[in-house]
Amino acid sequence: MRDLPEQFSQFGEARQQGFMKVKKVKEAGGKVAGIFCTFTPVEILDAAGFTAVSLCGMSGETIPAAEAHLPKNLCPLIKSSYGFAVSDKCPYTYFSDLIVAESTCDGKKKMYELLDKIRPTYVLHLPQGLAGDALEKWKNELIRFIAFLEDRFDVKITEEALRKAARERNEERKSRLALMELQKLTPPPAKGYDLYKALEGSGFVFESSQRINQLNDLRESIEAAYRDGQGKVKASDRRILVTGCPIGGVLNKTVKLIEENGGVVTCFENCSGIKAAYQMVNAEADDIVGAIAERYLGIGCSVMTPNDIRIDHLKKLVEEYKIDGVVEIDLQCCTPYNVESFTVKNEMKKLSIPYIQIETDYSESDSGQLSTRLEAFLETI
Amino acid sequence: MRYRTGIDIGSTCSKTAVLDENGSVILRFIQPTGWSSVDTAEEIRSKLEQNGISNENSGIVATGYGRISVPFADRCVTEITCHAKGACHIFHADDLLVIDIGGQDTKLISVQDGCVKDFVMNDKCSAGTGRFLEVMSNTLAVKPEELCEMASKGGGVSISSMCTVFAESEVISLIGRGESRENIAFAVVDSIVKKVASQASRIQTVNTKVCLTGGLCDFDFLLERISEELGTDVISVPEARYAGAIGAALCAK
Repeated sequence: MRDLPEQFSQFGEARQQGFMKVKKVKEAGGKVAGIFCTFTPVEILDAAGFTAVSLCGMSGETIPAAEAHLPKNLCPLIKSSYGFAVSDKCPYTYFSDLIVAESTCDGKKKMYELLDKIRPTYVLHLPQGLAGDALEKWKNELIRFIAFLEDRFDVKITEEALRKAARERNEERKSRLALMELQKLTPPPAKGYDLYKALEGSGFVFESSQRINQLNDLRESIEAAYRDGQGKVKASDRRILVTGCPIGGVLNKTVKLIEENGGVVTCFENCSGIKAAYQMVNAEADDIVGAIAERYLGIGCSVMTPNDIRIDHLKKLVEEYKIDGVVEIDLQCCTPYNVESFTVKNEMKKLSIPYIQIETDYSESDSGQLSTRLEAFLETI
Repeated sequence: MRYRTGIDIGSTCSKTAVLDENGSVILRFIQPTGWSSVDTAEEIRSKLEQNGISNENSGIVATGYGRISVPFADRCVTEITCHAKGACHIFHADDLLVIDIGGQDTKLISVQDGCVKDFVMNDKCSAGTGRFLEVMSNTLAVKPEELCEMASKGGGVSISSMCTVFAESEVISLIGRGESRENIAFAVVDSIVKKVASQASRIQTVNTKVCLTGGLCDFDFLLERISEELGTDVISVPEARYAGAIGAALCAK
């Protein structure tokens, strides 16, 4: 394994410690699954005894390596992720016994074909909407995946283990949600940036109960500090909702900038935010695989058509979190989100909620223009 | 007397305007930004002092891409807000569509009741900006204002590329083909106009006056062509290049 990319040192202690933990998992004979997306049915991996870890690329550093194989005008997240694998710079990819991916957007789908040449990659075929027999197909896809894991890794995935995993993951989702819902307070108790970093870090704590305890402890300490008048946010800060693509790689030039210029990110609708936490699996359903399938197919990602779930959820969040303005952060060349932004803009207009869309990548080349646009947007609210 | 001073550090030129208590412009000057906005800010400070303006008797607000390099400013406001306020002041209107063609950005700002309602701005690409015109002028060995003048006598040629770098090579191949300078100049202006029109289609406006601010405000042929393309009269005055600075001054206390 070569040197770790510079940005890892900033990823918070949890992620760094994660490297050592994942090594220990391997040394103790455990299996590791690398995942990319909110659509991955992690309950199945849990039940199979895998440790699931996110491989989502959030640094521009590995993009040049990726561009040896991939086109320039492709989403930076896809390029970064592939770049980590191809340059052997990501310890998590290195330790993965299997990469689990889904047929979501076109760029990812085709990248996974190439990734498979580096690390074995299993692609789940995700239907692109809810219409017709989509749920049935998706459920069958999960059944096939279970059979594949059982056969390939000589494990037994029992119904009981799936239910247990569903209950644990639900509990974790509730903890994440409760933490994010603190922001409904006026003013919100935490800076969005800090909250995002904490949520991101918790993905690299691999023991379920430990992860949940940490989230709950954090919520309690934020609540206590707020009660003592130690809140981190000024009452005059504008309450901003962030939606769009995954933003881990552009946090500094977007979220940080918003919060340095009179805004506070009160709600993250994206993948690492509420989108991934507010829907539960019915762990007591007669058909547990069907219940897992239903939960994941209902995610309001723009790869789905139509994607009313996202729009309806956004409208609800704008009201619940008393939002003053919506910032949609889309990654360059992300066709689904960039096209859908027009619909979001129009729906926000109907609610008289100020809206701005920005399209950006992992480079610093547009940070000057971005700051003017975001500052001007905040000035208009 | 209490004054209000606005300093607009743009990518090409820096503009300064000082208002008196009645909101009349009593002093204004323009200078190239050069390579260091910090040095430019220092020059502006001494020019202001020569005219008896300082932090003692004036609120000072900085705007433009170099706004953070003005250490003696009370605060910074973005050029979007400043151009909107400045244009309302110059054109005596509360409802406006402001087209600002700057050195590195082209912005369209919809203003209602004196407040910014919506805006669009080019991202990192320089298509349709002042920089684009400057690069093309260099290629044709003329000054930007001469290019505009020449363009009024040309026609019949277009540049398909919006990108400054690609458009430049397109212009070079037009030169190679023996196309007249007037026709190429027309194509250059036309491409800026098309870019502005495409941005205008992305912004909602309600039957308002349309005005042009920024460094190209007295390029008659450009005004004429934008008016044609948008199907409405676009107004401007030479003072409109100070819109950002005047708007910044209006934000000062």
